Amino acid sequence: MLNKTVKELSDGLAQGEFSSLELSQYYLERIKRLDGNINSFITVTEEQALKSAKAADELRAKGQASTWTGIPFAHKDIFCTEGTLTTCGSRMLENFIPPYDATVVSNFKNAGAVCLGKTNMDEFAMGSSNETSFFGKVINPWSNEEQLVPGGSSGGSAAAVAARLVPIATATDTGGSIRQPASLCGLTGLKPTYGRVSRYGMIAFASSLDQGGPMARTAEDAAMMLNIMSGHDSKDSTSIVKDVPDYTSQLNNSIKGLRIGLPKEFFNEHLSPELQAILQTAIKQLESLGATVKEISLPHSDLSVPAYYVIAPAECSANLSRFDGVRYGHRCDDPKDLMDLYTRSRSEGFGDEVKRRILIGAYALSAGYYDAYYRKAQQVRRLIKNDFVSAFEEVDIILGPTSPSEAFGFNAKGDDPVKMYLEDIFTISTNLAGLPGMSLPAGLINGLPIGMQLIGNYFDEARMLNVAHQFQSITDWHTLAPENIALNNI
Amino acid sequence: MSLATQWETVIGLEVHVQLATKTKIFSGSSTAYGAEPNTQANAVDLAMPGTLPVPNEQAFRYAIMFGLAINADIAKRSVFERKNYFYPDLPKGYQTTQLDLPIVGPGVVDIQLENGETKSIRIHHAHLEEDAGKSLHDDYHGMSGIDLNRAGTPLIEIVSEPDMRTSEEAVAFAKKLHSIVTSLGICDGEMSQGSMRFDVNISIRPKGEEKLGTRTETKNLNSYRFMEKAIKLEVERQIDVLEDGGTITQETRLYDGDKDISRSMRSKEEANDYRYFPCPDLLPVTFDDEYIEQIRGLLPELPDARRARFCETYGLSEYDATIISNQSGLSDYFEVSTKISGDSKLSANWVMGELSANLNSNDVHIKHCPINAEQLGQLVLRVKDGTLSSSSAKKVFSLLWDQSETDVDQIIDKQGLKQVSDTGALEKLVDNVLASMPEQIAQFKEADDKKRKKLMGGFMGPLMKASKGQGNPKLFNEILAKKLNS
Repeated sequence: MLNKTVKELSDGLAQGEFSSLELSQYYLERIKRLDGNINSFITVTEEQALKSAKAADELRAKGQASTWTGIPFAHKDIFCTEGTLTTCGSRMLENFIPPYDATVVSNFKNAGAVCLGKTNMDEFAMGSSNETSFFGKVINPWSNEEQLVPGGSSGGSAAAVAARLVPIATATDTGGSIRQPASLCGLTGLKPTYGRVSRYGMIAFASSLDQGGPMARTAEDAAMMLNIMSGHDSKDSTSIVKDVPDYTSQLNNSIKGLRIGLPKEFFNEHLSPELQAILQTAIKQLESLGATVKEISLPHSDLSVPAYYVIAPAECSANLSRFDGVRYGHRCDDPKDLMDLYTRSRSEGFGDEVKRRILIGAYALSAGYYDAYYRKAQQVRRLIKNDFVSAFEEVDIILGPTSPSEAFGFNAKGDDPVKMYLEDIFTISTNLAGLPGMSLPAGLINGLPIGMQLIGNYFDEARMLNVAHQFQSITDWHTLAPENIALNNI
Repeated sequence: MSLATQWETVIGLEVHVQLATKTKIFSGSSTAYGAEPNTQANAVDLAMPGTLPVPNEQAFRYAIMFGLAINADIAKRSVFERKNYFYPDLPKGYQTTQLDLPIVGPGVVDIQLENGETKSIRIHHAHLEEDAGKSLHDDYHGMSGIDLNRAGTPLIEIVSEPDMRTSEEAVAFAKKLHSIVTSLGICDGEMSQGSMRFDVNISIRPKGEEKLGTRTETKNLNSYRFMEKAIKLEVERQIDVLEDGGTITQETRLYDGDKDISRSMRSKEEANDYRYFPCPDLLPVTFDDEYIEQIRGLLPELPDARRARFCETYGLSEYDATIISNQSGLSDYFEVSTKISGDSKLSANWVMGELSANLNSNDVHIKHCPINAEQLGQLVLRVKDGTLSSSSAKKVFSLLWDQSETDVDQIIDKQGLKQVSDTGALEKLVDNVLASMPEQIAQFKEADDKKRKKLMGGFMGPLMKASKGQGNPKLFNEILAKKLNS
């Protein structure tokens, strides 16, 4: 069961090789045994999981099972789960139990999947190393003698999938939070087109950038996840009314004639020679499948990080105002008046990185600064989007690095938040443009996985998954498991 | 000359109008008034994490109706912004409102002045926004209670230009807006429930001066009477300050209507920086011409058109027509009762007289009037055809009002209120009464014309008494005049 994909598990269940209950028990046992060292889960919902697993088996006995019936998985703790603790990695929501399910959560429930728990994450999805979680850092299962970060903010989901504690997990991406941890943990993760997946019940960081998506080992599993995550939701007015294709249907298409664009701004002297070599090899392999390659330009790429670090904090500064200690969430002891209630509840409830971004955002929106920061950043955002629109007139897909480097050690970025912000230099622009992007394993540097990024045109996830699947059909980077975990095979 | 007459008052209004949608502007919760606290607040209204706003189309339709009613431009593209501030009855920590691209552009509202003239008040814009909840400060032992039932109720905020010069004009403008929004059916107009709330911007300047003085804003007035008093008070205060050599501070003030005092709430320096920015949870809303024209086609008759029609069709005076047409409920009531009575002026008199007086003194809205328009029409008909004297008619009215009886003709029968108009019977009564009043007749004969008119009244009392109040006074008069002058 250890290395089986969702597709294989689904087939195994259908053929009676194992029951849903056995499957869930198997993974729950692994979580119990191994997660103490990884800390990828904030909450394990064993009791509920076993109950839904039994229900899945009963359904199967009645002949009513479908693809997802009884498949175990985990949700990033940013998705609200009715009756189950949902913390968003923050002390602010240490005791928050939502009375409703996020739409993504309902979708998995309706499909019959079995949720084993909620995964750790950077606080309010703000971070690229999972160091900002109130519930402790997540250890990358690929760690060698040095403890390494799993990336962030979906570091818990990535570590859990990489450690084979769950076959797949949900994740979210505001500036690279699916793709960067996928890269650092050797996984296949996809951030869909903005509006493709409902944001209802997904705790907001930056509303115009946030998007939920799959964290999986293979493109095929990611496609299967996207099938049930996508679609218009009347509860989210930014979700798009557009038919959802079967994302698995094009996986085996030939990519002969596919036009791949290589942005010269990504392949410059700052790219490490190791990563450069890995990407060149991957490009050759895609060419061997019939793809053609062309250099393109995204001239405003260098403006994406500064624009992002105005827009995302601006939106978060308002999105996080609701955490005021009045209706739910952390409330300070014995407030002496209203102002004291606000300042102490928020000072105690939020960590440093969250406070930093609220302050940056409030500043960028302040009277007298709005035009220089927020308005300017929105103008830059439009330019970045236009760059992509032009590029997609010439090519079908864009290829580049996901993260600048492989997994790094804790505190490696020191006290300089900007160093950490540069982790997302290749991923942020797709969020600003609203485009879909994915990361898939492309090689190893110093024995650690590293991903390559595919960026597609709007709603072209099926083509991206097709390319990724074709790549995975002639490479085996996506099948590598971290050795210290594999040794614990049961 | 009093110093006060050297100053000119300048008034602008910001009016919050609650839209009469069934559900909130961004959630499916009911907007009904008066429910138990927090029973009409769902996860979205409570701003639970991850919840999102979904716009209510009806609120947009209502805002567009208002815009069309004041001949304003309707913005083809309408954007919501977040207005950031912390307050316990504002669950998200920001109010979703509009700033740069409000749904209703500049327009005009005409008001009728006491002297019969019409004055145009320019509307700067009107925008859509959500209402906040309510903070309740009593009964919580040093703490405050929060009721979020109102949170998310759709509002349009109507912002006028500073075109009013007196409190009377401001009140006339407020009443006209009330009349427009209730005629459109987009607001229930229940001022006591906060359905319309007024913020008044007031400044003064020396007469003849072009430049506006520093203004203050008095917030949250919810009756015409308080508005009028608050304006007068603030104008006096500003005159006092300036005449004492002081300067006006730009500030927000609160008016206490019961004590007729006001106090400063916050000055400009203390004002929030609201850090407005476009709400990323709501896409810009766009309307095409067809959508707007379809709404225009469904607009009901508006107060100005109705006033003109009442003058023309019913021959009402400008004054009567203004009063009746300003309240859509009253207009409909008047028209129905006129249809039955066949006498528009008599119906108008009853509607503006006895009916309005009773509505006002009992604080009853025309919607809940115990006498329906058909009943009043029947009553007026019986006055018109001579069946009822005016004093009997009032008696019938009060029985109808108490709802002890419902049918006008049955009341007349039961109570024996039918006026006697049989000339033969009346002449007999006159003869009998005159026979008992020889002295008065002698006085009458000696009096001059002027005095005779007065003395005639002296016979009417005994006549009415003799007829048990049922003699037709008009006929009595005629018979008397004939007999006495013969």
